[in-house]
Amino acid sequence: MKRIKGLIILAIILIALPILFPNNYFITVVGTAVALHAVLAISLNLLMGYAGQISLGHAAFFGIGAYSSAILTTQHQWNPLLSIGAGMLITGIIAFVIARPILKLKGHYLAMATLGFGIIVSIILVQAGNFTGGPDGLSDIPPLALFGWTISSDFHWYVVMSTVLLLIVWLVNNLIDSRSGRALRALHGSEVAAEMMGINTTSVKTNVFVLSALIASFVGSLFAHQQAFISPDSFSFFFSIELVTMVVLGGLASTYGAIFGALVLTFLPELLVVFEDYEVMVFGGILMLMMIFMPQGLFVALENLISRLYRNYFNPPLPVPASDGENHDVA
Amino acid sequence: MFDQILQFLITGMTTGAIYALVALGFTIIYNASDVVNFAQGEFVMMGAMSTIFLAAGDNGLPIPLAAATSVVLVICVGILLQRFAIAPARGASVVTTIIITIGASIFLRGVALVIWGKDIQAMAHFSGEIPIHIGNATLLPQNLWVMGGTALMVLGVHYFFHHTMQGKAILACSYNRDAANLMGINVGLMMLVAYGLSALLGAMAGILVTPISFTSYDAGVMLGLKGFSAAILGGMGNPMGAVVGGLLLGLIESLAAGLISSGYKDAIGFIILLLVLFIRPSGLMGRRSSDRV
Amino acid sequence: MTLLKVEGLLKSFGGVTAIADLDFEVPEGVVYSIIGPNGAGKTTLFNMLSGIYIPDEGSISLNGKDMVGLSPHKIARSGVARTFQNLQIFFNMSVLENVLVGCHLRIKENLISTALRLPMAVREEAKAKQWAIDALNFCGLGEYISSPSDALSYGVLKRMEIARALAMKPSIIMMDEPAAGLNDTETAEMLSLIRRISESGITVLLVEHNMNLVMQVSDRVLVLDYGSRLAEGSTEEIQNNPQVIAAYLGTDTNDGVIGTKTGGSHYAV
Repeated sequence: MKRIKGLIILAIILIALPILFPNNYFITVVGTAVALHAVLAISLNLLMGYAGQISLGHAAFFGIGAYSSAILTTQHQWNPLLSIGAGMLITGIIAFVIARPILKLKGHYLAMATLGFGIIVSIILVQAGNFTGGPDGLSDIPPLALFGWTISSDFHWYVVMSTVLLLIVWLVNNLIDSRSGRALRALHGSEVAAEMMGINTTSVKTNVFVLSALIASFVGSLFAHQQAFISPDSFSFFFSIELVTMVVLGGLASTYGAIFGALVLTFLPELLVVFEDYEVMVFGGILMLMMIFMPQGLFVALENLISRLYRNYFNPPLPVPASDGENHDVA
Repeated sequence: MFDQILQFLITGMTTGAIYALVALGFTIIYNASDVVNFAQGEFVMMGAMSTIFLAAGDNGLPIPLAAATSVVLVICVGILLQRFAIAPARGASVVTTIIITIGASIFLRGVALVIWGKDIQAMAHFSGEIPIHIGNATLLPQNLWVMGGTALMVLGVHYFFHHTMQGKAILACSYNRDAANLMGINVGLMMLVAYGLSALLGAMAGILVTPISFTSYDAGVMLGLKGFSAAILGGMGNPMGAVVGGLLLGLIESLAAGLISSGYKDAIGFIILLLVLFIRPSGLMGRRSSDRV
Repeated sequence: MTLLKVEGLLKSFGGVTAIADLDFEVPEGVVYSIIGPNGAGKTTLFNMLSGIYIPDEGSISLNGKDMVGLSPHKIARSGVARTFQNLQIFFNMSVLENVLVGCHLRIKENLISTALRLPMAVREEAKAKQWAIDALNFCGLGEYISSPSDALSYGVLKRMEIARALAMKPSIIMMDEPAAGLNDTETAEMLSLIRRISESGITVLLVEHNMNLVMQVSDRVLVLDYGSRLAEGSTEEIQNNPQVIAAYLGTDTNDGVIGTKTGGSHYAV
């Protein structure tokens, strides 16, 4: 039930916002960006939060999806829907091929390998000018049409992206609470024990890596059609880092945390614009401070704070939970 | 053809020397505190930038004095980074420390942007720009400064770790922090020394190479990443490996840029990084890592 | 009937021999204990039996099927479960979820019905939950079903690992020092749990230092010394084996001396 409750609250918020604030730039444009970032963060969280595998190159898959769609629709006049599928296929193959050697690594090594992969992809996007348009990127990407309905306005995109977000939250939460999801999390807890329970850890790692890349590729394609223009800047190493920060900020292994992280990191630059030249400095400073003082994530920290306030002001202090009477000695 | 290759080797050795210094600084911090310092490249940028601005104008300091002041400044930055960003987060996960140091690098870049602006800055060559000819290849005096300076610093670092009590104390901390503490080593102080030393190497690298390569507020990013690649190529945690890895990476990049494609020069460094990690994660000179099962 | 057969097993690490030319057979349905001083190679043996290490030489067969070279998850598939000397808990999951992971191989899953949460998947999940609850109750952990695993005592976690292994419905369970670090009451509970597991028809392979427990619960005992077999036989034979007594008194006097067996009677459950 808890699973459904969160989803309903999220749906209500997403529906209520445009009703409460009609024709509001923040709601439609920034809201769409938040939803898109949230889906990316959720997909990365599958890999990082649940399976415990760091990736500093997630933006690469987002970019491969976006560029596949852009290239196929502008240079080969493919149908946008078909190009989304093709992008996912390409991403899936690339992710599958690199998953095994990359996921053999752990800790800093894994971080470096995924970082290296991400940078290689972004360099290719800049250098392969014949296909990618080089640093200038690609423009005139046709809009997406669904069953004869062309998604064109900011509000349309808000609706589409919100729907995608709700769908992904639902699917991911179902998955996490299943046999496969537990296998993922077991991997994070103890690889040896997971293997001894009959879990093929190598293939679980590969699968989650590919799944997370596929989701990123899918929203990458949507992003390309939404923006109608893409350039390598949107898929750089820095965006990978931003995605990782969203996940960690929200609190690892929490889908709603990832959404929260996406919300904060998408709004932050919008708010920091007032700092003008100081924007970069303030952003870096905030990033550092949040990680130093709330390493388990802002979402968890806020949750704790709210429940503490709630207890202090609205309820008498709770009695200390009674001991279960079994005082086991810990060796 | 031979001259051309010789030219690539000269260029490669010069960039390689800088990579080596960055990689060495990165390795010192990694060994001392198990932290991958993404702000390493910013030490390089800040060393160069502050030297340029201290030496600028009619009332500017002479270059040696400006350089020395900058090095001290950057050392302070390194120490502050350890004290206020790394030390409070001790025991945090790999991801958390990575984001902290990335946050620090963005912060330092932001500071540089505010103080020095967005423009690309140049620095005067230390001893003129009259090229030295070796066959048809040319060598600037500054290339010699870079290679010579790097060699001196590498020797200095080697001496520090193997022949001074402080250096040995840092090594002890990196092998076993708690045991070092019990032996009466001031671990906290040693961490500061390690970060300071690492910042010093970065700043010196920046000052040496900027006459050739110019600098700007965001010049540290790529340099830092290349330094990591070099460190992994040589064997993560092995200081001499870092130096060899740096030189090798510089040479390969320069040859590849000249013979294959200059646009993909940067990609080659990272492709090597991936290949090393896939085939031999312990690097060329590393022990078998325990980080991998 | 022989369930597990080990022949000519050999493993060395960098020139140090951990297991040297070891043979033994475990009949089906028994409690088979492996004892020996620290460093005798017991855990190394377990790691080879469960596929974590690959032996340098020799064969391991389960029900006549060769197991050497199989990865741990394949060995688990053929009905081998184990617990660990150093607990391997999924601390990111609740007690129930930990045990549900043990049901991994028994749950039939169709990714699409799971992702969409179709009735089929819901039914399968409910069935698995019942298996997990049964395993927890069997191990006396009924009260901890919904607890998070990172808030439990060592003794509870040890039993949870066993519940997790039992949820696999294995034909053989390997327990690596289940009583280590437990107090007297908990050790008595562990003894009765091992008996119940054995009575339910599962073959138990036990590595344990607590000799009282070993002597009370085992059908057969294998004594290892420096990776090779010092003796093998019934508990009585082992207790009276002069070589075993010499080895134990000579090398390790404070660690479960055989002679204390008489003092163990108050542990009887």
